[in-house]
Amino acid sequence: MSTMLSRVANCLYWLARYIERADNTARIVDVNLQLLLESRRLDPTQLAAYWMPIVESTGDHELFATLYPQATGEAVTEFLLFDQRNGNSLTSSVAAGRENARMVRDQVPAEMWEEINRLYLFFRSDKARELWESSPFDFLQQVRSSALTFVGISYASTPHNEGWNFIQVGKFIERADKTTRMLDIRHASLPKRGIPATVSQADALGWSAVLRSCSAWDAYKALHGSEVHPKLVAEYLLLSDEFPRSLKFCVDRLDASLRHISGVAPRRFSNDAERLSGRLLAELQYSKIEEVFEIGLHDYVDQVQARLNQIGDALFKTYIFQPYVNIEDEILVQQEYQQQQ
Amino acid sequence: MLQGYDPNGFFDEMFATPTEVRRHYERFRNLFEQISPAEFDERRTEVDLAFMRQGVTFNVYGDSQGAERIFPFDLVPRIISAKEWEYLERGLIQRITALNLFLHDLYHEQRIVKDGVIPAYYILSARHFRREFVQVKVPKDIYIHICGTDLIRGGDGSWMVLEDNGRTPSGVSYVLENRQAMKRTFPQLFEETGVRPVDHYPQELLKTLQHIAPGGVADPTVVLLTPGVYNSAYFEHTYLARQMGIQIVEGRDLLVRDARVFMRTTKGLQPVHVIYRRIDDDFLDPTVFRRDSVLGVPGLISAYRAGNVSLANSVGTGVADDKVMYYFVPKMIKYYLDQDPIIPNVPTYLASEDSDRKYILENLGNLVVKAANESGGYGMLMGPKSTKEEIEIFRGKIEEDPRNYIAQPMISLSTHPTHVGDAKFEGRHVDLRPFILYGEKPVIVPGGLTRVALRKGSLVVNSSQGGGSKDTWVLFGDE
Repeated sequence: MSTMLSRVANCLYWLARYIERADNTARIVDVNLQLLLESRRLDPTQLAAYWMPIVESTGDHELFATLYPQATGEAVTEFLLFDQRNGNSLTSSVAAGRENARMVRDQVPAEMWEEINRLYLFFRSDKARELWESSPFDFLQQVRSSALTFVGISYASTPHNEGWNFIQVGKFIERADKTTRMLDIRHASLPKRGIPATVSQADALGWSAVLRSCSAWDAYKALHGSEVHPKLVAEYLLLSDEFPRSLKFCVDRLDASLRHISGVAPRRFSNDAERLSGRLLAELQYSKIEEVFEIGLHDYVDQVQARLNQIGDALFKTYIFQPYVNIEDEILVQQEYQQQQ
Repeated sequence: MLQGYDPNGFFDEMFATPTEVRRHYERFRNLFEQISPAEFDERRTEVDLAFMRQGVTFNVYGDSQGAERIFPFDLVPRIISAKEWEYLERGLIQRITALNLFLHDLYHEQRIVKDGVIPAYYILSARHFRREFVQVKVPKDIYIHICGTDLIRGGDGSWMVLEDNGRTPSGVSYVLENRQAMKRTFPQLFEETGVRPVDHYPQELLKTLQHIAPGGVADPTVVLLTPGVYNSAYFEHTYLARQMGIQIVEGRDLLVRDARVFMRTTKGLQPVHVIYRRIDDDFLDPTVFRRDSVLGVPGLISAYRAGNVSLANSVGTGVADDKVMYYFVPKMIKYYLDQDPIIPNVPTYLASEDSDRKYILENLGNLVVKAANESGGYGMLMGPKSTKEEIEIFRGKIEEDPRNYIAQPMISLSTHPTHVGDAKFEGRHVDLRPFILYGEKPVIVPGGLTRVALRKGSLVVNSSQGGGSKDTWVLFGDE
């Protein structure tokens, strides 16, 4: 079918975003739980200082503060994993992803739908919480393998057509956004601008957790050995050409998928989404990490996130939103038309 | 595993007596007996899991969790011999032909009323009679393109029509999915029994829909219009759309301009020619019917009237689902076709006829009373199984609004061996809903949805009321 309903494109885009979101949430909780096991006992203030940046990285810290009195490990993991009041929690992401899949289940391969449905049913059952309580790592592993299966199915058994490209766009926008958020977790340990001269052992551990949260630890070590420096970490996660979760890599694929959808050649654009993604990509291609630190990592990341949002909005305006007329107005339009007959 | 099965005096589909299996079940019985209880149990669990995983589910209204359930599936198939099917097919085609002639007449000359066969009062008071559609031409004069007719068998095994569903009948996806599940679970049974296939239904349905495309459109775009993901039959909508390779759309995906229907796509507006709508008349177009409907498409009816888009089923077929009209179907067959009905109705009394009403009110404890425009097993009184209070409530309702009620004798539906747990089998009551397609010519895919009342003794087979389903096998031969 060459025709794609706008609503279907929208569902595919959000389906991919929610699955990617669930994967990232599972990974960040996983890594930080492990890190905590390896550190000395922390008092409540230290614990809060440890967990709060993680909540902040999701952008939902204000909601968190209204729901929980203190940022304890239990409160944060409950909020990030199971709390249905948090629209971005793992359980909410899975439910939302599945809801989008359900609306287009005639358009996605049966295996894809079944995998998402399986994960959703697992979350709806008592087994999810039981497993989380008895073996948190197995629990998170389950979620992550499901997300990987989803990605695998979309690569291996879906035609790489327009719908697939909408899935790619959703996936890479979400992934680019999440990578920058993970990178931002440790910003408190950095000077506002410039590259820090020294890195404490605790900070190095923190930055390695950032790498792990992006599944980048092994790849990074292969490149830089075990020296963990924020400059190298940021360079790797923002500007690597090769690493599939780096910002540049994600924007490159995002841009390519946008061009596949419209058929427009590189270095040209036919709509705002392509114009904005092309510009961001060009900037990333000609950026140096020193420039990023001159702006300040935190401010830079903020700007990037805003620009990713602009791309998402432009995409919506171009493909999805064809004036969804107000039904009352539409009734009048039709009545006027009928009167003329 | 079927040792010791007792039909308990009902007409049983499989067992003529506790020891004697009907001829067309013999092959199946011999093969089925080779399956051990443990193996059966294992297979059953697998099938349930597969349905849940695939999301072969229906939504339950009024469940705040938005729960989806699987429609319980029983692994013992219902079998119909070639000869019996040939009879049913003839009867169903006769019926759909008469119903389409009736609807055309009703929305045009109304000869059947003028000739005094059906009193005008019953037509004018029919809730789903659409006055707005009198004298509107519908493509190829077909009103009901897809019909689900419910058949039952009484105590002597004779077939009867229980009701016609000429609006948006559902259940056909289960016919296809149940067959898939059975083939995966017991492939060896199929090899040796000789079962006619059902999987061409989606192609036949698509042909039926293409047949009614507006004139002059060479390559019509057909879509399925769904109320959306929360509708109880949403799984079926996606399933059929996928099988036919057509788009599934919601009202908000469609737009009417200059009396033409378009869908919103990523490449702009694209024309739509035929709509297989799974939305009731009332919700189709808020400028014509219910103004509060957000499921429909403003202007759709004007496009339909202009002949720029075709709808299946047509608007206004609901009048034929009215249980009072049901009473007149045998008369329609006589009037339009000059034939006697091949499959009879269940004897029916109309509460608005004085003598019938007198009989109904005197015999409420023995009769089944139905509201004329309800379905899904709602709005019903099962006299013999009801309390005094329930009976009195219905007495009041009938006296207040006799037009809205009919009554029928209680039919003890035929039973079928059904799994009741722990590899044990007991008789449970069943019905049969074949799906009739009416395009260039009538087509019935051999089989249908056999629904089974899983509760012991229950006669209510509806999925909303504890019903399940079985695969239905129509054989190539008679044994």
